[in-house]
Amino acid sequence: MSGRYLTGKVAGSLATLIFVVCFNFFLFRVVESDPVATLFRGRDLTQSQRAELTRQFGLDKSTGGQFVDYLKQTAQLNLGRSYTSNQPVWSEIKDKAGPTVALVGISAVFSAVLGVLLGIAAAWRRRTKADYSITGFSMATFSIPDFWLGMILLTVFAVGLGWLPTGGIEDPASTATGVPKLVDQAEHLFLPALTLTVAYLGEYALVMRSSLLDTMREDYLVLARAKGLRDVLVRNRHAVPNALLPVVALLAINFGFVLAGAIAVEAIFSWPGLGLATYEAIKGPDLPMLQGLFLVFSAAMIFFNLVADLLYGYLDPRVREA
Amino acid sequence: MSVEPAPAEPAADRAPLLSVRDLHVTYRSRGGGIPAVRGVDLDLGVGETLGLAGESGCGKTSLAGALLRLLPRGTEVTGEVLLDGEDVLTMKPGRLRAVRWTHAAIVFQGALHSLNPVQRVGNQIAEAIRLHSKRMGRAAVAARVGELLELVGLPARRARDYPHQLSGGQRQRVLIGLALACDPRLLIADEPTTALDVMVQAQVLRLLDELQQRFGVGIIFITHDLSTLADVCRRLAVMYAGRIVEEGPSHEVFESPAHPYTRALTGAFPVIGDSAFRMQPAGLPGDPPDPRRLPTGCPFHPRCPAAVEICPSTPVELWRAGAERSAACVHVSGAPVRT
Amino acid sequence: MNAVAAPSPRRITWLRRRRAVGAAWREYRRHPAGMLGLGIIVVAVAMALAAPLLADGDGLRAVNTTENPAWASPSEFGPLGTDNFGRSVMTQFIWGARISLLVGLAATVIAVVIGSVVGIVAGFFGGRIGGVLMRITEWFLVIPFLPLAIVLAAILGPSVENIILVIGITSWPQPARLIRAQVLTLRERDYVERSRALGASDWHLMTRHILPNVSPLILANTTLTVPVVILTEATLSFLGLGDPANASWGKMLDNAFEYGAVTLEAWWYFVPPGLGILLVALAFTLCGTALEEILDPRLRDRRA
Repeated sequence: MSGRYLTGKVAGSLATLIFVVCFNFFLFRVVESDPVATLFRGRDLTQSQRAELTRQFGLDKSTGGQFVDYLKQTAQLNLGRSYTSNQPVWSEIKDKAGPTVALVGISAVFSAVLGVLLGIAAAWRRRTKADYSITGFSMATFSIPDFWLGMILLTVFAVGLGWLPTGGIEDPASTATGVPKLVDQAEHLFLPALTLTVAYLGEYALVMRSSLLDTMREDYLVLARAKGLRDVLVRNRHAVPNALLPVVALLAINFGFVLAGAIAVEAIFSWPGLGLATYEAIKGPDLPMLQGLFLVFSAAMIFFNLVADLLYGYLDPRVREA
Repeated sequence: MSVEPAPAEPAADRAPLLSVRDLHVTYRSRGGGIPAVRGVDLDLGVGETLGLAGESGCGKTSLAGALLRLLPRGTEVTGEVLLDGEDVLTMKPGRLRAVRWTHAAIVFQGALHSLNPVQRVGNQIAEAIRLHSKRMGRAAVAARVGELLELVGLPARRARDYPHQLSGGQRQRVLIGLALACDPRLLIADEPTTALDVMVQAQVLRLLDELQQRFGVGIIFITHDLSTLADVCRRLAVMYAGRIVEEGPSHEVFESPAHPYTRALTGAFPVIGDSAFRMQPAGLPGDPPDPRRLPTGCPFHPRCPAAVEICPSTPVELWRAGAERSAACVHVSGAPVRT
Repeated sequence: MNAVAAPSPRRITWLRRRRAVGAAWREYRRHPAGMLGLGIIVVAVAMALAAPLLADGDGLRAVNTTENPAWASPSEFGPLGTDNFGRSVMTQFIWGARISLLVGLAATVIAVVIGSVVGIVAGFFGGRIGGVLMRITEWFLVIPFLPLAIVLAAILGPSVENIILVIGITSWPQPARLIRAQVLTLRERDYVERSRALGASDWHLMTRHILPNVSPLILANTTLTVPVVILTEATLSFLGLGDPANASWGKMLDNAFEYGAVTLEAWWYFVPPGLGILLVALAFTLCGTALEEILDPRLRDRRA
């Protein structure tokens, strides 16, 4: 891959990240004009106490001054303190990141892989019953509200049939460690991951099918057949790699949707991740927490976009070796 | 491919390399079938060259596709296509795949998307080699790829390039090299020079001519541009509305065409310095007929400058128009009607 | 003998457009999936418009003004049972359709209008203006839309108007990108060059030439944006940012979850609203896909 392409993309991502950090500051400035009043809502403050607290929080400085403070603090990963728990925002985020990474990671991978496979199957069997059912199924799952699907799965399999746990990441009563603990966690992960996977594989299937249908009309496929290649190999070796390109472009966009979906789905399943934290921060409203979460979500999106861009460059030589 | 030229043998002792009988190609469409090829007979001996000319839509590309059964699924192909004595149209799929590229190969038009855009050209040639000789090792395959590239005038290191990094002429050369990869006895060149500018066209034609003489491979050269055929092909056939309307030795057909359509085609090429040409009207009025609504009798009569009253009512066939020549027109000497 | 005046150019264009629409409609009728989608939409809209006739609006108030039992299943209290306050779920469902559809359509219109303007201007002018606009669009696309929507909704407060505004503002980049790509191809067409040679202004070119030709794409894209918007509204309402006074289907789901419908297995409370969202979103997807197939010339060859 040409170095120029690589550095270009990385530099672009960094610039976007910096822009988002600045944007974050001004966005929340609009929301919270008087943090002191909000923080000490229940208590009566005298004028001098209020002035002292304002000075302590650095809120007596000009907006420019506060902005510089904010940048310094953010660089040191000091994202303020949660209104609700009074813990540093950054430590809360660190604790809750793991479960979300596991949930979103697994769902993103499975929805992409299964969606692409379904799309290939549908395009190859165009206009047959298989194609119509896959397309119909994909459109239906695309239209399902992900959290509603979660509610239904929860009701049927957890509450109703009792096959799977109803929430949380592990059985609170269990003291297991090692492999049994992982198994327990996996059981808890199953339903939320299933929900997110099903909700988002439809888009992949539809895009892959569409892309493959376009690719199947290309001349180089006739050439491949003329060489004596079997149809299956023509599809897999020539059509699919070319058809995958738009799907890779979709990866970045869809990641945003999966991340968004995780917020509601974690709430349904009480999965102790960043999504549940967002849900609770909305209810607060816990503004420092929301601000920190917004920053983390944006950073994750930017990073994922970068990965998708680089992957696209790796797969399409026309882009990286122009 | 061995470097010695193929041994010359008297044509009469050998079965024809390709023998097409009553070929019909009908595409499936919502409103019914679209007849693209309506009964074509063709013969090609070993090492012979045949040019196939006509406007777009006359059926020549459908004909080429039919020879190796490469048309879209559901297309109706009837008749007989004997390649080295075997009927391609009735072959089992396994045999068909083995025959493809080894007995006959196609040189496609060198457009950007004739080659897989995300694969190196060397790999695309190697794929053809490996498909038909399982026992060749990696190094041997790579060596063969290099050999083929040099055969068509490209340095061997170009194997590492992607199609978009090559010029149109270079891509066309790659496609020719690719077609020769498995030593086919027949090359079907479908518009190999159409997308190229004149200088590069001449180079590619020269290359094809050299390769043909060196390896004795039979060539069917399909194009809408008659001027490119005269030197490379010994015989010429002209197609119109799914049928062959004239056939004969290429220089004779080119210099004294028997069919009015051929006459129009040859007249349409500018000859620099020919003052007589400047006086003639160039180009052919009207459009090729819709295959679903062909004119009665001779399909060319609505556009024909030599049409007479019997043309719309006479079903034309290829009649003798001279030694080794035939044309489907009521005016030729062998036609069984009075004009 | 009276000579018939030649029709004005405007009338000619009008007749031509009408004929094109007629042809497109005939073509559309041949898509079973598209017709199904259209049918569902018609039913949903009719139900939403007829809400005051179908169900008593008073039943929506949170205070239990009736003697209905709480958490009654459909077999005990039909047709869809009651919630924890004893309110009829059916009433909420019918009235919820209004809000869900209203937000869905209004926010889509805002998003598409903004997206079209940005897309057409960026595509038409290119150069620095286009570059800046596209930079803004790209940036918007990288920001995770839901956290942004959450923050904006938290700032503005939960009301129907604000939700419409928030979703419209966060959804315009996608249409903008597609429309810009289309405008770029149109810009190079001959008739644009010729108009310019005749002295047409940029404004004239954009409104009289580019816009009519991009309109089919905009229409198809709009129809496909509606499901995304409806789902976004549902999610935002579920997270608590919806208007409590005007409960959409998403808000019903929020209530259901908050008050424990899941643990109580009171499926009649949360299945209908979710099903409603699913069917309406699916209906628009089907229509949009059918429209795309008819209006996008590139897809036309694929149908052969």
